[in-house]
Amino acid sequence: MKTIAKRIYIALIILFLYAPIGILMVLSFNESKTRAKWGGFTFKWYIALFQNEEILRALFNTLLIAFTSSLIATVIGTVACIAMTGMKRRAKSILMGITNIPMLNADIVTGISLMLLYISLGIKFGMGTILLSHITFNIPYVILSVMPRMKQLNVSTYEAALDLGSSPLHAFFRVVFPDLLPGILSGFLMAFTMSLDDFIITHFTKGVGVDTLSTKIYTEIKKGIKPEMYALSSLIFVTVLTLLILINLSPADQKKSEA
Amino acid sequence: MTSKNKWLSAPYIVWSAVFIIVPLGMILYYGLTDTTGAFTLNNITAIASAGHAKALRVSLLLSLASTLVCFLLAYPLAMILAGVRVKRHNFIILVFILPMWMNFLLRTLAWQTLLEKNGVINHALSFLHLPALKIINTPAAIILGMVYNFLPFMVLPLYNALAKIDINVINAAHDLGANNIYTFVRIILPLSIPGIISGVTMVFIPALTTFVISALLGGGKLLLIGDVIEQEFTRTSNWHLGSGLSMVLMIFILINMVLSAVFDKDGEGSML
Amino acid sequence: MEKELIQLIDISKAFDGQMVLDELNLNIHENEFVTLLGPSGCGKTTTLRILGGFTSPDKGRVVFDGQDITQLPPNKRQLNTVFQKYALFTHMTIAENIAFGLKIKKKSKSYIDDKIRYALKLVNLDGYENRMPDSLSGGQQQRIAIARAIVNEPKVLLLDEPLGALDLKLRQEMQYELIRMKNELGITFVYVTHDQEEALTMSDTIVVMNQGYIQQIGSPESIYNEPENAFVADFIGDSNIIPATMIEDKLVSILGTHFACVDTGFGTNRPVDVVIRPEDVILVEPSEGTIQGVVSHLIFKGVHYEMEVQACGFEWLVQSTTLFPVGKEVGIRVDPFNIQIMNKPESEDEEAVIIDI
Repeated sequence: MKTIAKRIYIALIILFLYAPIGILMVLSFNESKTRAKWGGFTFKWYIALFQNEEILRALFNTLLIAFTSSLIATVIGTVACIAMTGMKRRAKSILMGITNIPMLNADIVTGISLMLLYISLGIKFGMGTILLSHITFNIPYVILSVMPRMKQLNVSTYEAALDLGSSPLHAFFRVVFPDLLPGILSGFLMAFTMSLDDFIITHFTKGVGVDTLSTKIYTEIKKGIKPEMYALSSLIFVTVLTLLILINLSPADQKKSEA
Repeated sequence: MTSKNKWLSAPYIVWSAVFIIVPLGMILYYGLTDTTGAFTLNNITAIASAGHAKALRVSLLLSLASTLVCFLLAYPLAMILAGVRVKRHNFIILVFILPMWMNFLLRTLAWQTLLEKNGVINHALSFLHLPALKIINTPAAIILGMVYNFLPFMVLPLYNALAKIDINVINAAHDLGANNIYTFVRIILPLSIPGIISGVTMVFIPALTTFVISALLGGGKLLLIGDVIEQEFTRTSNWHLGSGLSMVLMIFILINMVLSAVFDKDGEGSML
Repeated sequence: MEKELIQLIDISKAFDGQMVLDELNLNIHENEFVTLLGPSGCGKTTTLRILGGFTSPDKGRVVFDGQDITQLPPNKRQLNTVFQKYALFTHMTIAENIAFGLKIKKKSKSYIDDKIRYALKLVNLDGYENRMPDSLSGGQQQRIAIARAIVNEPKVLLLDEPLGALDLKLRQEMQYELIRMKNELGITFVYVTHDQEEALTMSDTIVVMNQGYIQQIGSPESIYNEPENAFVADFIGDSNIIPATMIEDKLVSILGTHFACVDTGFGTNRPVDVVIRPEDVILVEPSEGTIQGVVSHLIFKGVHYEMEVQACGFEWLVQSTTLFPVGKEVGIRVDPFNIQIMNKPESEDEEAVIIDI
């Protein structure tokens, strides 16, 4: 009885989280252009999607920014984690406090603060400014995923590698890095997700004429969303879902990243 | 590993100085000056003007309400999830992160379709002979949108904090004669405080400062403080006023940061 | 022996289809120090958890002081547990930890304060009332866990490998402390460990368990000196377990040589196993020994030398205070009462014999 109640509760919450996604998927097959009514089943939006250069351009920008920013953030963040282990407690806690700022701060404040920075530095708004902003808010996610791994790290394995004659760099990549890898991967994944889903910070730091999917959707809201958008997001969602299911099902995944 | 590697922290220190500290300084600068560059407090006191004060009041009310709803929904959920085998840990986190792969604006927009007068939910309700839901374009819809968007940020820290509690600590409480309610109040709840603080922060701050959700689900009738600031920057281009109002928001953020620093020293309630 | 306090009757428990306890029967007496001893996975912790009420058995009954308590939740049982990793409430002070159970019982403030002082004195941590658990060492936390349990005046204290996380020196100290506390409190201790030395040092009764079955129940002396099967002999202390043939009562043929022994009732010409403790193997000049061999290894162990002697195709483990260098020819003698005869297991599984009490 108790377990049934628990299951129903979890099911309701999952329904709540995924219902809008289901709706968007249904809308992507809707013949009618308005969201209000069902006009019959069609694939035409999926075809139209691949002819809509604006949307494809925005998709490309989004993926490029998400990938580049999370990659750079992963490198900076991981290196910072390694560096922090050698720091004094006080310096370390100050740096961790600063790391927490973009996480705890309101996106709108982060967005306008970066916007003011670029303006006063005279940096031209465009892909570059979006990229810099995304790296900034992605680094904390990487640090927060790598840091716990760093704490669990057994320093003696690194010392053992040195003792057995390997160079510090070699020891790091052969002994320390594999231990950190799950944390690094989940940090990257988290950063990628956050970058992909971001609207507010991009909204303030993008230039005229440059759009990611988020900002494109925002401008479309007033005119009415093109159904191609539903088709595209459904495609993205299903792709990710399939990838995740494949990863989770593969028996080789014993190391499993902690997302 | 060793102190020799200290220089490794240089890139991140420089990065956070330029892109975190300096920009915040810019807000302070703009917020405390007028267009001529002279010092003024007018941008901050502007919060007291009728329109702004109302926007802040409404924002606070809606964000507190949605934080409370998130907490009430998430705590039992997190407790159930914490009881699940550890092996499923990653899967549980994925379930809550996965929706973010579909754009947040679109997901919120989909709620319009769900909530509309002739929307999906009302169709389902009338099928069940239940009264129709009339919450679209009301504050209730905005709260729903906030809860929907920020619920994962409440669930994950709570889940992490609760999953960390040693089952034997709970067993020990029972062993010493505590019933389930007493154990919950005296042991489980206090031990999950880091998760609560972190979850509340992660929901309250974005809810307080959002500017899209109200436009999408509130029918644009209610102006939140986030909307006001956004307009100052993108339409009226009064950066000084926008910065000043942001500084007011930052007071709430600061309170939250201090709270998390006090109650969650080891980052135990972190989301990841 | 005093009166029976706890009876476990036909207890069975499986996890995920894996049998952990199979029809276990055990009686525990009042004021007894009982140790459940066995390798990990032998079912000892499950037995303890069933006693504490944290796991319910699939089959069987738990009787406490004449009452069936099988379905009683932990908070209604008159016994308290000291958990493996202490399980202290980290958000409460030491005093609050100790007072936890008493506050639930709605005891008066002065009673609680007295109890806290008494308990801290008992565990040698006077004055620690206002410290937080995190600021204490492992050994100190363990004592607090004991104090927290005993202030409730349980009739039985359950201890789940309480010394497992401590270092050797501290562990030995705590063993004496536990014996002292038990004598002072005059209650029953049920103690779970995989450490045979701990079990031998502290217990009145040892219950050796393996694969969900009780292998042997007895005093430390009887378990050590008269192991009933190869598992017990092997698990408790070092031993030479040698295949042999029982010629007749009080005569056994070990590796082809006849040895006098004291056991009877094994029949004639029956294959058996004999157990001879390394300290019971006497090394003498070759001419004086029952059998002869050559010393192949020698290690100095502090209190004695440990040697391996090749004799009649078997490697004998020997402990002796007299040194015999490697390569020396020696004779081996064993006193009849030091030869322990055991029935041979008929198959691998048989090593886990059910022993009725």
